[in-house]
Amino acid sequence: MADTVPPTGLRDRLRPYRAVLASRARSQTSYRASFTLDLASSLLIGVVELAEIWVLFHSVTEIGGLDFAQVLLVFGLADLCFSLADMSFGHCDNLPTYLRAGTLDVFYLRPQPLLLQLVTSDISLRRLSRALVGATALTVGLVVNDIAWSPAHVLMVIVAVISGYATFAGMFVWAGGAQFFLIEGAETTNAFVYGGRYAATQPASVWNRPLWAVFGFFFPMAFTGFLPALWLLGIEPPYGLPDGVGWCAPIAAAWTWAWALLSWRLGVRHYQGGGG
Amino acid sequence: MTDQTNDRTASVPIIETTGLTREFRVRDGLHRRTVVAVDDLTVRIEPGEAVGYIGANGAGKSTTIKMLTGILVPSRGSVTTCGLRPVQDRRRLARQVGVVFGQRSQLWWDLPVRESFRILAAIHDLSAAAEHERTDELVERLEMADFLGQPVRQLSLGQRMRAEVAAALLHSPRLVVLDEPTIGLDVLAKQRLREFLVAERRTHGTTLLLTTHDMGDVERLCDRILVIDRGRLAYDGDLPGLSRTVGAERVLVVDLAAPTPDLTGIAATRHLASEGGGLRQRLAFDAEATTAAKVLAAVSDHAEVLDLTVEEPDIEDVVRRIYASRRP
Repeated sequence: MADTVPPTGLRDRLRPYRAVLASRARSQTSYRASFTLDLASSLLIGVVELAEIWVLFHSVTEIGGLDFAQVLLVFGLADLCFSLADMSFGHCDNLPTYLRAGTLDVFYLRPQPLLLQLVTSDISLRRLSRALVGATALTVGLVVNDIAWSPAHVLMVIVAVISGYATFAGMFVWAGGAQFFLIEGAETTNAFVYGGRYAATQPASVWNRPLWAVFGFFFPMAFTGFLPALWLLGIEPPYGLPDGVGWCAPIAAAWTWAWALLSWRLGVRHYQGGGG
Repeated sequence: MTDQTNDRTASVPIIETTGLTREFRVRDGLHRRTVVAVDDLTVRIEPGEAVGYIGANGAGKSTTIKMLTGILVPSRGSVTTCGLRPVQDRRRLARQVGVVFGQRSQLWWDLPVRESFRILAAIHDLSAAAEHERTDELVERLEMADFLGQPVRQLSLGQRMRAEVAAALLHSPRLVVLDEPTIGLDVLAKQRLREFLVAERRTHGTTLLLTTHDMGDVERLCDRILVIDRGRLAYDGDLPGLSRTVGAERVLVVDLAAPTPDLTGIAATRHLASEGGGLRQRLAFDAEATTAAKVLAAVSDHAEVLDLTVEEPDIEDVVRRIYASRRP
């Protein structure tokens, strides 16, 4: 009997995930015309969201103490992070579809961890164009603003993008876990995931208190764009927060993932009926 | 190393459940009540057996399978599959079990069949050599060469089912669980699939556990039958025993050249009905006691036979009779 044995090297360990992801990418790009159309529509959504901010600045000169160029930096950071997370984790908050199709049961029959299988079961390449909008906004924001560049500033941009990506990714996983419990779960979790994205692309100084409680602390959206951007711009954070609070972005990401993994774990236990 | 594994596990049952029970809490209007899907199931299945697991819809078959494969946690009792605890050792167990769900697909609908196999080989960490050898074997024995390059969504039901079976067996599992594998297939496709499973079992010693509504599956594939009724084990034994218990008979339907008096005197048969003044007659016979050929020969002595069909015992009917015999 050809009993298969667990692989040992990292390359071998990644083989199952690589195989699935590569097939998803090939399948999405194999119909050129349709893929181009997908990219275009995704680009349009990104542009419209950016235009929304631009329209606001037609009536005002600053929002939450930031001018248009500065808000562009906040938007660029948060939107790039969200788009990348949406591309690679966005399907996680579509769990009811997986449950209905029995795909999750099929995952149970494969020798990989469930969550890793779910995450690597799909990738939405069409969202690349959306990420391009965020990346452009970020680049423009970094160029036109008066930033006192130093190695620390470069590091901050890198830390902010990676942490922001991880924070949004964690939100999607949290949503997936919650959808094990919620009927029509996507409706409920969307309020946080997409509401969070929207909040993150605005200066958090305009948020009211309840919004701060949710998106400043519980889902730390303020750390995906606003707080790192303030540090880059040399602006003092509101509410007497310390100057370097933007550097806490990785902690915010870790905090989100702690909730995400807890949510996923409880969700899976609920599904299996093991209590919890 | 492989031989050692076999030696070590030879004495270990491939499935062993003790008092296995699964309850569900369901909302019934405003109240919540508990439904027992599987009730105190104690079963031991040895390596190499072929077991038919039959019962009405909602009798608890799927719930049992989900507990055997680690998808559901039992409410009470214990279960080991391939010597492993399904929930705790799910990932190790996945390397030894293959499951074919008639209703859900293992394949990627937008990819060619060949590509799905390649991904599954990666998922099960098959070496390139093992992958090619096994894929070639399955493609040949399931006659899939013609549609290997087609996307799964373009396959006929029969082709898709063969691809599903191959997908579940690609990693040469010790235990194969098939949930309604022949549902919706035509006679020829069913026969092909059954022949494949028989051969697979013979060459690899694979243990088969299948749920089905098709008595033909049970007769041709299984040497042991478990009947489940409302979560409880109602019968555990072989097919002749089942037939003895419930008298599951086949029916020979003959169309005769001329109206004939009721054929009541044929050995080992029971005359059921006549139509058209005796032009069409139905004779029930026990497959253990005689054969369709013998009955036909005996009928031919009385009248000229123009046409005939043999009706298999209906599995629902068998199950119903078992249920009835258990409920005074």
